[in-house]
Amino acid sequence: MTMSDDTRLAMQGTIEALTSGDGSEPVVVNLGPQHPSTHGVFRLKVTLDGEIVQDAEMRIGYLHRSMEKLAEERTYTQNIPFTDRIDYLAAMSNNLAYCLAAEELLGVEVPPRANAIRVMFAELQRVASHAMANGTFINDCGAWHTPLFHMFRDRERVLDMFEMTCGARLTTNYMRIGGVAFDLPDELLPTLEQFLADMPENIANYEALLLENEILHARARGVGVISPEMAINSSLSGPVLRATGVPWDLRKANPYCGYESYEFDVPVGEQGDCFDRFLVRMAEVKESLRILRQVVDTLPDGPYLADLPLHARPEPGESYARVESPRGELGFYLVSDGGPAPYRFHCRPPSLINLSALKEMSIGGTLADAIVTLGSIDIVVGEIDR
Amino acid sequence: MTDLAGIGSVLGAWYDFRDLNNLQRLITEWIADWGPDWLASIITGVLGALGILGVIGPTLLILIWVERKVIARFQQRYGPNRVGPKGLLQPVADAVKLILKEQLAPRAADKLIFFLPPVLVFIPGILIWGVLPFGPRMSVADLNVGVLFLLAVSGTAVLVLFMAGWASNNKYALFGAMRAVAMSISYEVPMVLALLTLVVFSGTMSINGIVQWQQQEDVIFILLFPLSAIAFFFAASAELNRTPADISEAESEIVAGYHTEYSGMRFGLFYAVELGNTLVVSAFIATFFLGGWWLWGLDQWVPSWVILLAKTGAVYFLLIWTRGTLPRLRVDQLMGFCWKALVPATLLFVVVAFVERTLLISEGWDTTVALPIMAVFNIALSLGAVMLFARVARPAPLRRPARIRMAGSDIGGLNAAREVAARREEPQLQVGGD
Repeated sequence: MTMSDDTRLAMQGTIEALTSGDGSEPVVVNLGPQHPSTHGVFRLKVTLDGEIVQDAEMRIGYLHRSMEKLAEERTYTQNIPFTDRIDYLAAMSNNLAYCLAAEELLGVEVPPRANAIRVMFAELQRVASHAMANGTFINDCGAWHTPLFHMFRDRERVLDMFEMTCGARLTTNYMRIGGVAFDLPDELLPTLEQFLADMPENIANYEALLLENEILHARARGVGVISPEMAINSSLSGPVLRATGVPWDLRKANPYCGYESYEFDVPVGEQGDCFDRFLVRMAEVKESLRILRQVVDTLPDGPYLADLPLHARPEPGESYARVESPRGELGFYLVSDGGPAPYRFHCRPPSLINLSALKEMSIGGTLADAIVTLGSIDIVVGEIDR
Repeated sequence: MTDLAGIGSVLGAWYDFRDLNNLQRLITEWIADWGPDWLASIITGVLGALGILGVIGPTLLILIWVERKVIARFQQRYGPNRVGPKGLLQPVADAVKLILKEQLAPRAADKLIFFLPPVLVFIPGILIWGVLPFGPRMSVADLNVGVLFLLAVSGTAVLVLFMAGWASNNKYALFGAMRAVAMSISYEVPMVLALLTLVVFSGTMSINGIVQWQQQEDVIFILLFPLSAIAFFFAASAELNRTPADISEAESEIVAGYHTEYSGMRFGLFYAVELGNTLVVSAFIATFFLGGWWLWGLDQWVPSWVILLAKTGAVYFLLIWTRGTLPRLRVDQLMGFCWKALVPATLLFVVVAFVERTLLISEGWDTTVALPIMAVFNIALSLGAVMLFARVARPAPLRRPARIRMAGSDIGGLNAAREVAARREEPQLQVGGD
């Protein structure tokens, strides 16, 4: 006879209550799948003793769209739109990672202008994604949407640039195997210049509002702490890992698209708590703007797309390409059997793996801490469930 | 001088809109001519209640619009601007929508207790207006224990919230209700103590008496007892469930707290009362600490109720401002702040008020000289108390600064992390800490 988890938990609670003698039992609360703070259809089942989290269980799969299987039916180029929808807040990074994997499989040489454009849009995407992440994080701390809307203003400008370049704002479908779909439109560079000119003041405003905010400190400092050892053992990546002090960034560790030729730095935190994750993201936005400045200054001329047959058939083999997406290490693993479609299409989603540490981070804290921790991990449910 | 005399002659006439009480007094006198006394008091009481309801209803509708517009401006949005001119009819449209919406009740809910709270919650919300003085003689009931009445009535509201949370049979609602009860019980203490300061110092429990004391002594209480005013402001905003203390309906944690299961106009009633309470609390803060209907002689020229409304609006704007800016505190932090900071601070100023009052009376000091000195002393004491609290009561994680370092060429795992952490140079960013 099998017992459902709920029954087991309830029985366990009853037994504990009976043995402890005070007649109390823990309360199981389902946060989600419809809940304002779960950032999508994600369910967090917490066992509470009063307000203290005793156990947290993550239930995923509400947004499962079977992308990895569907991709086995489509050609390599047709698969690019899927990657937009895996992480809809960082479509460009996902496009890029997939195209790098496909290019490795096909042995394509990407023209330098295409690489520069790719870096440009990957970094713009990071700015947009971190604006969203930090904004919703402050929201989870209980602010009445004000920082979120201010950060959305910047994100909006980035999305406008996406729109003028490829016609789409969220699911861009812009990168192609061997380059990018379109060359930059004439109005993009002036818009980007203006954006780069305005951003330092905006960031200074956010920092003035948020960095010394005592309530934010009280809510986020020392909350959701994870040690560097534990973070590495849990295979965390991205700002969650860097907040613990581990300087691991694929743009430096395993450069792609010519990141080695740009000057930028990797910000790392110290405590590994929610506030450090927030600070790391803020600092990363500044570094992204630095990279963007250099990309604009050194943008080479030339073709933006390698000359490649539309339906390329790679030799049988396998490839794995990884990029530093706003959320961490995003990898695509492709296996070819020589046919027009991949034999296996696998995505290593950083959100899913970063989320696995939530239980470790939230047990012992309060319910409110668990929400803040979840917000600081910056999950995208589309990426978790695929 | 002739102008002054002219104004003096209309004072007390029914059309003198500076004091709307004149109208009511005429009606009372007219009824007293032919009817019994109890009839006059009942009719005037009903008239006052209707007047208050007639004022609150439209004010609430406008306030919803104001709050949404102001918050929108904080957030770089336009706010409601579709329905009616400048979106002014948006609250009406919302109300119509809420009335037409289906009123769901959870199957497992306790139907009667689930049905009652949206109705009952109105009682304290309306009663409290009765003791608010809009002018020298403009209050429905000028009780000589008005402060006590105010505290007693505002204390009952939490029972209704708990009924709502309990009857909903929903864990979020129960959490919200429990939090609301815990917070109400805690924050009533500093509220009472802050008001006790005024009662001790002015020697009256009548709310109008407190305003008249401020008028006589030509001073407003926020200058004399700034920390009590701030404590009262914070405690009131906690009682009102507004950010940074909206834990009992914390959206990101427990969805909507005690009114999670209420839909349609039932939710609308909770919302309206909450907004009405915000307004009345702003009015009482204005009355107790900012001089109410009195403003250094301006009340001779401008209707006193306009002065009170202006002050109320200023306090209300402050409440919107804090709501639009600050994140929310955690439950334990909020309780800790109440018991460790607000209660000692307000208690200190009760003692200070007692000592100063005794000095004023027994030593017979001239108030025009003594009050400014006391104000300066109290402001200095408040600042000292705040700084002491900030130094002593800061939680441990906040005492260390948060640092962001740049990795530079050290890229890798734990060894690189140690290299970066061991660097001597100043971190890129350092915030917080003592």
